Amino acid sequence: MQSASSYVLSAVGIDKVFPGARALDRVDFSLARGEVHALLGENGAGKSTLVKCLTGAYRRDGGRILLDGGEVDPRDTLEAQKLGIGTVYQEVNLLANLTVAENLFLGRQPRRFGLVDAREMNRRARALLSEYDLDIDVTAGLSAYSVAVQQVVAIARAVDLSGKVLILDEPTASLDTHEVALLFRIVRRLKERGLGIVFITHFLEQVYEISDRITVLRNGQLVGTRETAALPRRDLIAMMLGRELVGEVGSGNRHAAPGGDVRYRFRGFGRKGHIRPFDLDVRTGEVVGIAGLLGSGRTETAEILFGAERADSGTAEADGRPLDLSSPRAAIREKFGFCPEDRKVDGIIGDLSVRENIALALQARRGWARPLSRGEQDRLADHYIRALDIRTSDREKPIRLLSGGNQQKAILARWLATNPDFLILDEPTRGIDVGAHAEIIRLIEELCEKGMSLIVISSELEELVAYSSRVLVLRDRAHVAELAGERVTTGAIVEAIAASDGRAGT
Amino acid sequence: MSATLKAYARRLFPQVAALAVILLMVSLAFPGFFKLEIQNGRLYGSLIDILNRGAPVALLAIGMTVVIATKGIDLSVGAVMAICGAVAAACITSGYGLAATLAITLGTGVLCGLWNGLLVAVLDIQPIIATLVLMVAGRGIAQLVTEGAILTFNDPGLIFIGSGSFLGLPMPVVIWLVFGLAVALVVRRTALGMLIEALGVNRRAAMLSGVSTGVLLIAAYMLSGLCAAIAGIIAAADIRGADANNAGLWLELDAILAVVVGGTSLLGGRFSIAASLIGALIIQAINTGILLSGFPPEFNLIIKAAIIVLILVIQSPRAQSAFVWFSRPRATAAGKAGEEAK
Amino acid sequence: MTFKVALASATILAASFFGTASAADLTVGFSQIGSESGWRAAETTLTKQQAEERGIDLKFADAQQKQENQIKALRSFIAQGVDAILLAPVVATGWDEVLQEAKDAEIPVVLLDRTVDAPDDLYLTAVTSDLVHEGKVAGQWLVDTVAGKDCNVVELQGTTGSSPAIDRKKGFEEALAGHANLKIIRSQTGDFTRTKGKEVMESFLKAEDGGKNICALYAHNDDMAVGAIQAIKEAGLKPGTDILVVSIDAVPDIFQAMAAGEANATVELTPNMAGPAFDALEAYRKDGKAPPKWIQTESKLYTQADDPMKVYEEKKGLGY
Repeated sequence: MQSASSYVLSAVGIDKVFPGARALDRVDFSLARGEVHALLGENGAGKSTLVKCLTGAYRRDGGRILLDGGEVDPRDTLEAQKLGIGTVYQEVNLLANLTVAENLFLGRQPRRFGLVDAREMNRRARALLSEYDLDIDVTAGLSAYSVAVQQVVAIARAVDLSGKVLILDEPTASLDTHEVALLFRIVRRLKERGLGIVFITHFLEQVYEISDRITVLRNGQLVGTRETAALPRRDLIAMMLGRELVGEVGSGNRHAAPGGDVRYRFRGFGRKGHIRPFDLDVRTGEVVGIAGLLGSGRTETAEILFGAERADSGTAEADGRPLDLSSPRAAIREKFGFCPEDRKVDGIIGDLSVRENIALALQARRGWARPLSRGEQDRLADHYIRALDIRTSDREKPIRLLSGGNQQKAILARWLATNPDFLILDEPTRGIDVGAHAEIIRLIEELCEKGMSLIVISSELEELVAYSSRVLVLRDRAHVAELAGERVTTGAIVEAIAASDGRAGT
Repeated sequence: MSATLKAYARRLFPQVAALAVILLMVSLAFPGFFKLEIQNGRLYGSLIDILNRGAPVALLAIGMTVVIATKGIDLSVGAVMAICGAVAAACITSGYGLAATLAITLGTGVLCGLWNGLLVAVLDIQPIIATLVLMVAGRGIAQLVTEGAILTFNDPGLIFIGSGSFLGLPMPVVIWLVFGLAVALVVRRTALGMLIEALGVNRRAAMLSGVSTGVLLIAAYMLSGLCAAIAGIIAAADIRGADANNAGLWLELDAILAVVVGGTSLLGGRFSIAASLIGALIIQAINTGILLSGFPPEFNLIIKAAIIVLILVIQSPRAQSAFVWFSRPRATAAGKAGEEAK
Repeated sequence: MTFKVALASATILAASFFGTASAADLTVGFSQIGSESGWRAAETTLTKQQAEERGIDLKFADAQQKQENQIKALRSFIAQGVDAILLAPVVATGWDEVLQEAKDAEIPVVLLDRTVDAPDDLYLTAVTSDLVHEGKVAGQWLVDTVAGKDCNVVELQGTTGSSPAIDRKKGFEEALAGHANLKIIRSQTGDFTRTKGKEVMESFLKAEDGGKNICALYAHNDDMAVGAIQAIKEAGLKPGTDILVVSIDAVPDIFQAMAAGEANATVELTPNMAGPAFDALEAYRKDGKAPPKWIQTESKLYTQADDPMKVYEEKKGLGY
């Protein structure tokens, strides 16, 4: 253990609780001077929550933050900036309609006789940016420049303001290879100057290129911190996706792949810019798992199967009959259902009651002119509240007041009410408590036994392995491997994901 | 069923209470306020005036409620009123029959709504901007139709819509009551209401659940256009002429206000047409009350603004939770209050 | 359309060849505010008519309610070297510079129906009506008509704070001063519109015992009077008989009401501002005599005795 003073920033036992979910559970994190520290984890692992606690954007519920060995407690991002912690987000948080110089010195413009001294400001701006090898017209509007340049301007501003810790939140997400290289040059230079840099990304290639140490979070908990050089990619993926590596978790005998005929057949199905064309067969009563890291094309696969994004190549058929999957409405008519990954944005209708949320998809399929009577809705809601054990004081409660797990069950109920043949579940167990987690897995198995065909996307590998008869592995927006039968193990999945023909930096 | 009725009563209580208080206040300032008599076979009195003069805003509020429920807004209704009034006057004076005139005029309103709806649903332009286009251009179009003058007409059928009476009630009152009831019934007896609310709260989630969000959006704006057309016909018939400059001027704001006073959130979602109609009556009761009170006209807007601010403050979630908190002085009440304000 | 234009230019050509000597080669630029009201449309029509009758070549520019358009139009008139400029200013301020340019180019400027805040040596004259006087004429008519009997008057004001509303109220009150038999019992704004005129009149009628207390209505414009007349009829009273109606503007529709006996009198705000303006210009060119700085147009009173249907027919075509 290094002495505390060698760390510019350390966080000890950070807790953060949101209604219905524990976002951070006693997480420790430490950042040395002159270090690039990658912070990794799947969606919902707690990366951005941790960053927001460090920068004062959120009030933490427990734990201490030490800056240069002294305890600090930033109440907002402004105070964090003054203390020395600067943040640059993926969507550049600058003002596009102001000039580059104005953006750099916003709120602290050099003044002369009480007025902004534009000439002095521009001079200083040029000087500042020359440190970054950036020779641009600082009097031009920021929006005239590429996202990469805007990122650099944002970094320059953050470093100039803060100067101790720089947090880069997915800075490379919208940059091309060349721009990433430019950005990394700057990151290395700042590192030499002794800044501590936190780097959040989901591009593992870049992690290995730039970072010194890696901290992995999962479900709000610290999985571990490792030296990058001593952590094989395979182990890193295992840390991100599942805790036990060695266990070769459970290919129970349920994998005796269902003998039935292939019911759903997709050939060359894909959409440019979303997911490369893939083939997929699903049998009656079968769960096909989809694994892959964030950004690998998992959600894109789900959306294209459900018609949320229209396929521009390939065919889809059920029992030899062509399927119309041109829109969610069309897909629903084909008896498809889809529980999206981002429950809050794509799933729940927050202000409507649990009853209405459950009845919605069935009602939409029947059309507006054939309403479900209030009695039918009540029966439907009561049935699923009981069957899925949705915890709510009553069915008229707005669904946003429910916990994540119960919201998820209500969305599942919404689809079960339509009596689907083909159900796509995108991260059905993310961000929900342990009890609900187990119930949803049991439900998936039940549905499968009843003869439903399911596609389940999950970053919980043990889980996938437990219920899938086959697992598709995705990388770089393409289907790269299909594991079946004996080969459905966590280890094999991790191998397939890590197989290093490399994730491009773009 | 009685539970539904109870919920309905609870939903409408603040609006009904506000209306009652305002009517009482006016009757204090003007004692003959509640007097109703039969004159020429129709009811006659200040209360009838409120129902009658409130007709345009009430009609606009019906469509506006649905549009706002979709998380939209329709700024063009005042201008569409002017267009439709002009079209009605132009048709009737150039010899079309009453039926044809009404059909063309209502069609014009629906077409205006279709235009707004396409901008919002297909081109994905923000509603406030999309409808601003017609708000600005609409009066110009209306002036083209009337050629800049007040286009007067003498067709007894058309005039009847503005100043005739049916079962003792002025026609405008009958029209908005019947139309409001019809829309409310259609929306609540079918699944439209729920689908619109789902769309308004979370358009993407509704789309992913199979709701035809685009069609619903366009339909909402078309309904708003239809309401504006009816209001435009009534406004023109009332003065027997189409006044392109002044017909419906600023009424879009009164309609939005009626919806807000009616407790429907501008953020979309839950809506109540009945509450918006009461909101429209509240606004008109204030207007009529001011006129009856005999205050100098310089005070009109100040009085109106003060009363409306008061109503909105009383309705605000903070104030509501404070009331609940006071009426149930146990500490746990505060937590529940947040839910009940919804 | 082309045919019409050809015809019009032929007329102008003919006029310039064979027109009367005094104005044969007179070119006048006219910067109009826009066409926001029927009255203004009539003003434009009449100005064009007057120019044609006198053989003046009128260059017309519609500013669509924008001062910058008017300034642009004036500069273009100056550049074209017109002989005179008519300006109906949209606002009162901001004219000094462009008027100075016209003066430097020795082009006389005549202001129509509104004045400006600029030194009066920058323009030749202003032709406007006197709003206070209009109110006074209306009031005097009422004083003469009731002839000493007690009479409660209700007043429909124009848009609160607008100068016609203030001045027409003032003139009316001046005329009524000293006649204790006439009393303004209620005064509300009707925003110069028919709809509001009708609504406010309805409330007056309710508030004054179904209208039995009201002997006369004074409206700041005819449109409000037309709306109020409907309200009076719907209340079961006879406008023009049970309640006297006097208003201002003399738009065509009020003459129809007068012909039907439903309105009693209106005071004309003449849209013919160009006539006196051209008279002054022609006199000025002939003997160089500057007209007075303010030419007041006549505020003519029309009553039911003035053959209202005939006036209606005359005014109908003017674009009101």
